[in-house]
Amino acid sequence: MSTVPIPTLPINKRISRWFGRNIIRIYAVLGFTYLFVPVIYTIAFSFNNAGKSNLIWRGFTWSNWANPCGAPDVCNALGNSLKIGFLATTVATILGTLIAFAIGRHSFRGRSSTNLLIFLPMATPEVVLGSSLLAMFLTFRINPGFWPTVAAHVMFCISFVVVTVKARIASLDPRLEQAAMDLYANERETFRRVTLPLVMPGIAGAALLAFSLSFDDFIITNFNSGTMNTFPKFVWVSAARGIPAQANVIGSSMFFIALFIVVAGQLVNRKKAR
Amino acid sequence: MADASSSSHGDLKLTRVSKAFGDFTAVDDLTLTIPEGSFFALLGPSGCGKTTTLRMIAGLEEPTAGSIYIGDTDITTKKPYQRPVNTVFQNYALFPHLSIYENVAFGLRRRGVKDVKEQVEKVLKLVELPHLADRKPTQLSGGQQQRIALARAIVNRPALLLLDEPLGALDLKLRRQMQIELKWIQTEVGLTFVHVTHDQEEAMTMADTIAVMNEGRIEQMGSPAELYESPRTAFVANFLGQSNLIRGEVSSSDADRSVVEVHGQKIAVLKSRNTAEGKSILIGIRPEKIRITLPGDPCIGNVLTGGIVSDVSFVGVSTQYVVEMPWKQDLMVFEQNDGGTPTLRPGDPVSLSWNPPFTFGLDGSEDVNAGSEVDDPA
Amino acid sequence: MAFLQSAVTRAGSFTGKKGRLPYLLLLPGMLWLFTFFVLPIINLAGTSTQTPVVGGDVGQYVQTFRLANYIDAFNVARPQFARSFIYAFLATILALAISYPLAYAIAFRAGKLKNLLLVLVVAPFFTSFLLRTVAWKQILGEQGFVVPTLRSLHIIGQNTSLTASALAVVTGMTYNFLPFMTLPLYASLERIDPRTLEASNDLYANGITTFRKVTFPLSMPGVVAGTLLTFIPAAGDYVNAAILGNPNTTMIGNVIDSRFFNIVDYPTAAALSFMLMAAILILVTIYIRKSGTDELV
Repeated sequence: MSTVPIPTLPINKRISRWFGRNIIRIYAVLGFTYLFVPVIYTIAFSFNNAGKSNLIWRGFTWSNWANPCGAPDVCNALGNSLKIGFLATTVATILGTLIAFAIGRHSFRGRSSTNLLIFLPMATPEVVLGSSLLAMFLTFRINPGFWPTVAAHVMFCISFVVVTVKARIASLDPRLEQAAMDLYANERETFRRVTLPLVMPGIAGAALLAFSLSFDDFIITNFNSGTMNTFPKFVWVSAARGIPAQANVIGSSMFFIALFIVVAGQLVNRKKAR
Repeated sequence: MADASSSSHGDLKLTRVSKAFGDFTAVDDLTLTIPEGSFFALLGPSGCGKTTTLRMIAGLEEPTAGSIYIGDTDITTKKPYQRPVNTVFQNYALFPHLSIYENVAFGLRRRGVKDVKEQVEKVLKLVELPHLADRKPTQLSGGQQQRIALARAIVNRPALLLLDEPLGALDLKLRRQMQIELKWIQTEVGLTFVHVTHDQEEAMTMADTIAVMNEGRIEQMGSPAELYESPRTAFVANFLGQSNLIRGEVSSSDADRSVVEVHGQKIAVLKSRNTAEGKSILIGIRPEKIRITLPGDPCIGNVLTGGIVSDVSFVGVSTQYVVEMPWKQDLMVFEQNDGGTPTLRPGDPVSLSWNPPFTFGLDGSEDVNAGSEVDDPA
Repeated sequence: MAFLQSAVTRAGSFTGKKGRLPYLLLLPGMLWLFTFFVLPIINLAGTSTQTPVVGGDVGQYVQTFRLANYIDAFNVARPQFARSFIYAFLATILALAISYPLAYAIAFRAGKLKNLLLVLVVAPFFTSFLLRTVAWKQILGEQGFVVPTLRSLHIIGQNTSLTASALAVVTGMTYNFLPFMTLPLYASLERIDPRTLEASNDLYANGITTFRKVTFPLSMPGVVAGTLLTFIPAAGDYVNAAILGNPNTTMIGNVIDSRFFNIVDYPTAAALSFMLMAAILILVTIYIRKSGTDELV
């Protein structure tokens, strides 16, 4: 049996074909590199044996990681950010989930205007949200600080929670709840044993989103926190003089922790499906 | 929580049940009794109202009018979890976040049953899947999911088990196998099964009684043989298997039979198998009852001459002929391939004959094409 | 089978107390939004028409319904307004150009790595946004490695610096909003059945034509969502302008901030805020109408 040789293309055609097929992949690699440049820089400089200003590389050291609260007020700011984050996330997730169920599961008068009202904060620039809140607080003689900041954070997180949870609710097969009722579960039991467990991943995702939005928020916080310091505010203020390496340590830690949580979540999901 | 133990038993009785969605009437004044312990099929094309009827029995829809009783208990307005009725859903609706064991145990737990483990294991053995108890629904094949859905419903020993086209997603061989298994399980366990399907072969295979539904109403109800051999409407005649329906006029009748003139030829039909009221009549004969012969060969009984073969299809078990009659109507003839008939070819002139008692008569006002359209929801 | 679908959803939404439940569920959240979003905006409208108390302290204003405040404010901040929208527009276009191929690569060429790559797209944004922006400032600054390298390669002159420029501001903004552009794009592209692309090839369209006529139109919902999620915050941003820019690159956000805190001129700040919001809403409405997507949320 003789084999017919596969015709080979000339070399220049082969190169251009390889490019055509892989250009997207090459681009993706470049894109991801670009995305990670400042992150790698931040992580690298967290190990810098820096003096007052962490601008020039002076040498590798573990001391920043060993003493993350070394710079004045860093840990106070971080603590506030975490406290605000947890409070705002809890409240926003609860309120947002309730709204998501109301909109996603029932038809009622005013449903579309409610949808619009939920959407508006996402469409309003943070400058406007922050400044209008501050103006109102001042009108009512409330001083900006911790609790006004929490209130502001809850406000802008609710919309994101609603959108996330609503999407999850929409993807739920209504026949599963019908099956539960068919199998002698009343409305409350059906919700507890079928609906809620199935919507939970969406709620968890919404909570994670809310926390990261709250922790990283600067503009709205800047308007409404007064003298209270948060981590982003700390970075902003010290940007002029030079950000202490401890801030890099905290930023890098957030990165690794968040990465860990997401990857762990993925692995847990894959294990559950097995 | 649920008061629906298997205490209320009895026949299922739907009385004048209607369901309207806006100005669309899905179920129109339906009255139906399903005897306890039988295997009952609701058969009809898409949109005929059979699924809506099933959902009303399950409690997932509320009737616009009428009442539903199980024995002496009125369940018309009762919630699904208050009825001794369980459903096997079309897409199985297994809870994806629970294991197979927990899926099957779900109804038992809600009812506070004590020996959950024993009952779950027993029913899993019945459907031959005891080894899958710890898996999740997404890890099972379609056929396995279907059997678990069945187990989940049966384990509760409901007065009524509803099946909503449960075999639709399975391939042919598996479907045939499941049809036999379902029938066996029903007789084993002794529950009343109500099976909704659009597949007439499936209904005839499995059910003791079939109700053929069309546009929200029951066209005819009876045993498979009854419906098949003695259809009372053109819809039933065309929907179950195939029928040849020919227009004619009653020319004379005596004690037990009528003679019908069909395009110049005479056909006899028994009065007991004739539902036509006046002179206008549709003569019906099933294709497999007809003998096809060359003109000149002897033939007895009802005879139609002058046909010309226009199409021949070899289907393995039988050969299917399309014969064009002199009045420009195509008739279908199925001949067993048992060596009895010589194979004919397109263009051959033929005569058709059959034993007169096989004829059935329908009222002449019926639509000849009712029930024969392809099942294609608009 | 429309009636079947409505029946299914109706049976799926069971309400205990008929009709009152949704309102009860909505109440706490909507009350919160009303108190901390609607009221402040209304209050802002009120503030925008106030005038300084004659002879009063700094920061004391009285309601006079002076609509001319808006004209004054606009005159004060005309260049910043223009700049904000131009920068936001540029940043959006750049973000689209960078994100689209990235999202495309993840949706169609990633195979098993899809989820990992998505995480990698979002991961950089777990580091603080301010830290990243300052990092860019230092990377692109005199002590970073970019500028000296470019100078030695004679791509830029010895005296040009990359920071404190409009270019740096726009680049910073683009970078910051990349995930907001990438994720909706990915979600839209992911939904495209690859077999429609195969069908296009089968019907004589090459790669580029397939993209133009099939892929891109099908990804429009993602494009619209992504551009909105980028443009709206970008227009109101001021952090990038402050860290990476110079006094000639200030945006409207900087002006509002300074009017509030430095100059304590609340009415002007309020008027500017409202004009920004109104401009954005108008642009967004026109954009949504033109691209025809109604259900965004």
